[in-house]
Amino acid sequence: MITNHLSILLVVLPLLAAPVCVLLKHHTIAWAFSTLISWSLFAISILLLIHVLEFGSISYHLGGWAPPFGIEYRLDTLNAFLLLIVTAITAIITPYALKSVAAEISAKRHNLFYAVYLLSITGFLGIISTGDVFNIYVFMEISSLASYVLISLGSSRDATVSAFRYLIIGTIGATFLLIGIGLLYMMTGTLNITDLSERILLSPDMRPIFAAFAFITVGIFIKLALFPLHIWLPNAYTYAPSIISAYLAAIATKVAAYLLLRFVFTLFGKDFAFNEIPLMEILLSLSLLAIIIGSSVAAFQNDLKRLFAYSSIGQIGYLCVGISFASVTGLTGAIVHMFNHAVMKGGIFLAIGYLVYSTGSSDLRTLNGIGRKMPYTTAALVIGGLGLIGIPGTSGFVSKWYLVQAALEADLWPVAIIILLGSLLALIYVGRVIEAAYFQPVPEEDLFQPNAQWQMIVPIWLLISASIYFGIHTDITIPIAENAAQLLVGLEP
Amino acid sequence: MPAMEVITHVNYWAAIILASTGLYAVIARTNLIKKLIGLSLFQTSVFLLFITVGKVSNATAPILSDLHQVYSNPLPHVLILTAIVVSVSTLAVGLALTIVIKKEFGSVEEDELEALQDSQTKEAKLALESDRE
Repeated sequence: MITNHLSILLVVLPLLAAPVCVLLKHHTIAWAFSTLISWSLFAISILLLIHVLEFGSISYHLGGWAPPFGIEYRLDTLNAFLLLIVTAITAIITPYALKSVAAEISAKRHNLFYAVYLLSITGFLGIISTGDVFNIYVFMEISSLASYVLISLGSSRDATVSAFRYLIIGTIGATFLLIGIGLLYMMTGTLNITDLSERILLSPDMRPIFAAFAFITVGIFIKLALFPLHIWLPNAYTYAPSIISAYLAAIATKVAAYLLLRFVFTLFGKDFAFNEIPLMEILLSLSLLAIIIGSSVAAFQNDLKRLFAYSSIGQIGYLCVGISFASVTGLTGAIVHMFNHAVMKGGIFLAIGYLVYSTGSSDLRTLNGIGRKMPYTTAALVIGGLGLIGIPGTSGFVSKWYLVQAALEADLWPVAIIILLGSLLALIYVGRVIEAAYFQPVPEEDLFQPNAQWQMIVPIWLLISASIYFGIHTDITIPIAENAAQLLVGLEP
Repeated sequence: MPAMEVITHVNYWAAIILASTGLYAVIARTNLIKKLIGLSLFQTSVFLLFITVGKVSNATAPILSDLHQVYSNPLPHVLILTAIVVSVSTLAVGLALTIVIKKEFGSVEEDELEALQDSQTKEAKLALESDRE
């Protein structure tokens, strides 16, 4: 069946397209080729999601070797939805690259940029599709190595230093994951997630399993940039080329959050993770700290990219709050927030990228009165920011609604209060942006004339309008997220 | 007998010592090259862990033969071959970044880089300007 082969095509297509990009010397051709690939991936993932929703999960056996001996690609509602998020974001932001990359990266590296970009997409799609834990490690390293290179291409020379730091921390995280996988293999003799989930409780000694759980979750926390393991994130997002800031902010942490869900719920199982190990207490306390500290630090930043990078740390906190409840409502909130945050943050970072492209700076102090000179871009930035606060009518409201409901369901009303407090803190940092953009006078000596680039404005507004559309019409995202959440906790939807 | 346990599990102890040494070097050293050496050491210790898991006592190499009944598990070796490739690529990217950092900043010492970064000098400049106003 062709639909079955689509799941492998999704990973192989960008992998094969990457070396082709190296051969395409001309920037526009390489860009057009990458855009074509990203839209094909988007189409494939829509087909896959429809298939999964209609007929249930897909299991693809690589090379015809049946699992658990061969490598299996297994798509259920959760992966298929994540694949859709990743490919939709890349399809929308790749067209933006034409002007943005031309302005920020030296001409002889353009085709290499697209090659590495496609490789990182391969890595992310591979992590999501595969049902083999060692495969997850390899794909994680593919995506991470590509991300380090992409970050180091930023126009400031500080980019290389932040890429190096990310490399050190990211590799430690991935190696932790590898140690955990080794311990699991040692005790069960299998690498297939479904097979592991059945054998893990039959292990003759549980101590290595506990150690494996610790190594794997800490490794994922590093990739997820969950407080206090978030140190690499602000610099990486600040100095990366604008399009890569948007790309990583929208996708990288969501894929790590997916891994957390997959390992905790599918592999180790809810009972083991939440009864044998106090994961709820650990995750809940860390994520509440992330919300408060991430959002407060964001309020003191002057650089727009850094401001929204810290806001991302807070938003990752919201995601993990939802995961920590281990209830259908909480997980629905978390999964919907993955989608909503990807759309909002993608749009915000693209808008910042356009401000940098037009004015050469992302520093709030040099962007006084920008709302009057670039009304459309600034409006997009502000609407995205309102989404982060969770104003009703934006998609941020939908996810926070579910998270607060889940907190009340679990009888944890202080958590609900902290979630709302986080919104207030978001109001402060978004308020600072609004204040600088609209209430400050335009500097007198400022002579620049922005020239509208539709290739950049259209992707910004596509994402921002999507964040409003999915804030009003929840009949697409919520049922899918609910279905995925029910599968995770083991209820038949 | 604790001494016996150490001897029978010598590979695991070696892996733990290597991993700790590597991690310590990554955290404590300020020189970027030394950090990368530590990182490689840390990754190598995990390879040792995997290979040890594949060993079956009184078994031979996994090549089918009429003379032997018990074989070692070859799968960890295959996994580690892949992991070695990953580790080498990480090291290559890390060293390439170090070269660029050396070219841009003229230093590979982390504490010196801290002071040289553009963000620092820019902040100082902006603070100076706002003082004048």
